[in-house]
Amino acid sequence: MSPLLMSAADWLQLVLHFATLSLLGIGGAITTLPDMHRYLVDRQLWLSDAQFNASVALAQAAPGPNILFVALMGWHVGLNAGGGWLAPMGAIITLAGILLPSSIIAYSGGQWSHRNRELRAVRAFKAGLAPTVIGLLIATGTVLATASGSTLDQWPVWLIAAVSTLIVWRTKVHILWLLGTGALIGAFFLA
Amino acid sequence: MSSEDTRPDALDRPRPRSLADLFLSFSWLALQGFGGVLAVAQRELVEKKRWLTREEFTEEWAVAQIMPGPNVINMAITLGGRHFGWRGGVAALAGMLSAPLLITLCLAVVYGQLSQYPAVAGALRGMGAVSAGLITATGIKLIPGLRKNVLGPVVCISLGLAALLAVAWLRLPLVWVLLVLGGIGMGLAYRRLSP
Repeated sequence: MSPLLMSAADWLQLVLHFATLSLLGIGGAITTLPDMHRYLVDRQLWLSDAQFNASVALAQAAPGPNILFVALMGWHVGLNAGGGWLAPMGAIITLAGILLPSSIIAYSGGQWSHRNRELRAVRAFKAGLAPTVIGLLIATGTVLATASGSTLDQWPVWLIAAVSTLIVWRTKVHILWLLGTGALIGAFFLA
Repeated sequence: MSSEDTRPDALDRPRPRSLADLFLSFSWLALQGFGGVLAVAQRELVEKKRWLTREEFTEEWAVAQIMPGPNVINMAITLGGRHFGWRGGVAALAGMLSAPLLITLCLAVVYGQLSQYPAVAGALRGMGAVSAGLITATGIKLIPGLRKNVLGPVVCISLGLAALLAVAWLRLPLVWVLLVLGGIGMGLAYRRLSP
């Protein structure tokens, strides 16, 4: 890609777009991923398809919250715009855009619900959602384990997922050991 | 109909000691979270630090889910804010992001050179499978916390199973699943909690 021409107004637009998505991402920012693709790749041509996918995959592989994929998108936009200090700046301002609005809501909402935790409505809200949330968690694990396909030749991935489910559920083995083992098995048998 | 509050007294339980404690605890938590932080959060906050009980964790998670933004981050901000006000929220958020952001950017720098090796892609898939298992196990470990839920076992199991099937099998949008099943659960819980 030849260097992009990104004006200050373009950067501002990028941040504002993420700030809007921040308010829409109920159930996790990952639900706004399709819209990010539409905006960054299809409409503005600020990112290539490969860069978009790499941003998501790298953030999954790195430690920390998955939302860091947004920082990587900003990083890649910065690289396309000429690199240098633009890349880290892009990472930081996109991350601020996606996090600031939702964080302010989370903070106020959290404080409010804690102050009013004895209210019947607040207790009903929390108790009523709990079983659905647990079902959703187990579903997320299932969806992730079958993300690369649900055909029978994927059995090694399912086996690793099932065995690590059992180990994490029944033992206190440290998660880093499991991830290391998973990476080794993957490097030799899933390559 | 029981109106007893099963919530344990918050005062005689471990809590974050300082802003630095919050920052470091959430940094350590985030650095262990490959492919998502939730599983680690449950283990660190409930099993190791005991800042939250299993029931509280599920409830906080529910609140964090219904608000916009990344769930784990929302939960960190809420927890930090509860103990130290807005400065606690900022400390927890900064802890959650700083070190992982640096590492992720370093990874992005070396990614170009490494992505051509199939072993690297394989290792990523292996780690992905483990993190899928982590999340499933986290859900399973929270189930016993439902014993004290006012909805009772039958409703809890039905709602949980319905959510699992709706998302994992039918692939319905999360918002609808949360609104419909969560709404039913909240309505029933509201009726069963005496005013």
